[in-house]
Amino acid sequence: MGLEAKNLSFRYSKKQPWILKDCNVTVERGQRLAIFAPSGYGKTTLSMLLAGYLEPVEGQVLLDGKPLPGKGICPVQMILQHPERAVNPRWRLRRVLEESGTLKEEMLRDFGIERAWLDRFPRELSGGELQRFCVARALMSGGEYLICDEISTMLDVITQAQIWQVVLDEAKKRNMGLIAVTHNYYLAERIATGILDLTAENVD
Amino acid sequence: MRLGNRRKKLILLTVVMALIFIAIYAFGILIPEEEIAGSFLEARRPPSPSHPFGTDALGRDLLLRTFKGLSVSLTVGFAASAVSAVIAILVGIGAAAGARWVDGVMNWVIDLVMGVPHTILIILISFSAGRGLKGLLIGIAATHWCSLARLIRGEVLQLQSQPYIAVSRKLGKSSGWILVHHLLPHLLPQFFVGLILMLPHAILHEASISFLGFGLPPEQPAIGIILSESMGYLSAGLWWPALLPGLTLVLLVLLVDNLGEQLQKLLDPSSAQE
Repeated sequence: MGLEAKNLSFRYSKKQPWILKDCNVTVERGQRLAIFAPSGYGKTTLSMLLAGYLEPVEGQVLLDGKPLPGKGICPVQMILQHPERAVNPRWRLRRVLEESGTLKEEMLRDFGIERAWLDRFPRELSGGELQRFCVARALMSGGEYLICDEISTMLDVITQAQIWQVVLDEAKKRNMGLIAVTHNYYLAERIATGILDLTAENVD
Repeated sequence: MRLGNRRKKLILLTVVMALIFIAIYAFGILIPEEEIAGSFLEARRPPSPSHPFGTDALGRDLLLRTFKGLSVSLTVGFAASAVSAVIAILVGIGAAAGARWVDGVMNWVIDLVMGVPHTILIILISFSAGRGLKGLLIGIAATHWCSLARLIRGEVLQLQSQPYIAVSRKLGKSSGWILVHHLLPHLLPQFFVGLILMLPHAILHEASISFLGFGLPPEQPAIGIILSESMGYLSAGLWWPALLPGLTLVLLVLLVDNLGEQLQKLLDPSSAQE
């Protein structure tokens, strides 16, 4: 049970090589899995397949034995790698956050989001500041699984630690399943209960 | 500093435009028919203090006729470009958000309408719709939506590939909600700028179709009619019936065009801070 990918294969078109071939991943609630690989091994593609942003060419993604729901708030939430593209540039950040529910004070405090930022436009904040909003937005939606696609790559180490602390706390508190995608083997070892190394998978 | 200047310039232009529109409309409504009737004693007078634009071959005051004509042109221009812009946004969204075959059909229609020269198409449509003001309105409204529709279609396609739209879907938002909250705020500026930039086009087309004799009836003091009549007198040395009303039309069109461009620069996020 939990969130599982069965014999997942994906390529963008029939002319292109397989990005993922017969990939199997399972995460239970409460588990933390790190997916580790260098650039170009399909980490982001795998996360997008698991979160339902892409449809697999072969194989399937199952949540507790059933396919992911097509409507309503998805129980598997993904935080994208580029926060500046994951928010509407014409929306103030208060609206960005409220897209996933009502604002929670303690969430703002935990992520170090300042009140003044809420009335600004995305253009006026840095990537790291925006990423906090994206993480907060994903957590506020009340999902059961969280997929973090290199969410801390653009942050300095102090902010990285701060954000991961909040994410891990929240995941533990709500018994969420967590998938963290990263380049950084040390980070993977530090945060995860299990590590999936895509380089070891049979990808041509 | 420059932002303030552009804003100020835009506000100034808008005020000037509004005043001109009101003046032209007021002129058009307030001038009694007898004033334009004129007399043969006054015929073919060059511009003078009592007739700033001179008089035509029938002794009618050209300033009054020009403004009366412009009020008709503006009505046609406004109505036709508003209808056209609404068609454009519906077609644009329909093509981009609908099924693939809808997009195919819409694109085919856009290509078809754009492929035929506008003037000929307007003549044909206005002729088959009964000529006069109604025919012209339908003709202009039915031909001017294409490029704006194409622009909006492209914009919607580009927006739909944005990650934040995908995120919004995963947060449980419906397509309708996404259209209203995510897409429309991006499309409205395009819509308004397109509308304003379409206005001079519509006015010029109205004038040119009337000039060619397929638009408004000859007794109506439209700017195209005045210009068309003046051509016959140009070789006789009567330069003012062609030059002055024509110049007024060009000035009005340039002013509207400038207003549209200022608005575009102000609403476009990439240049809004300049």
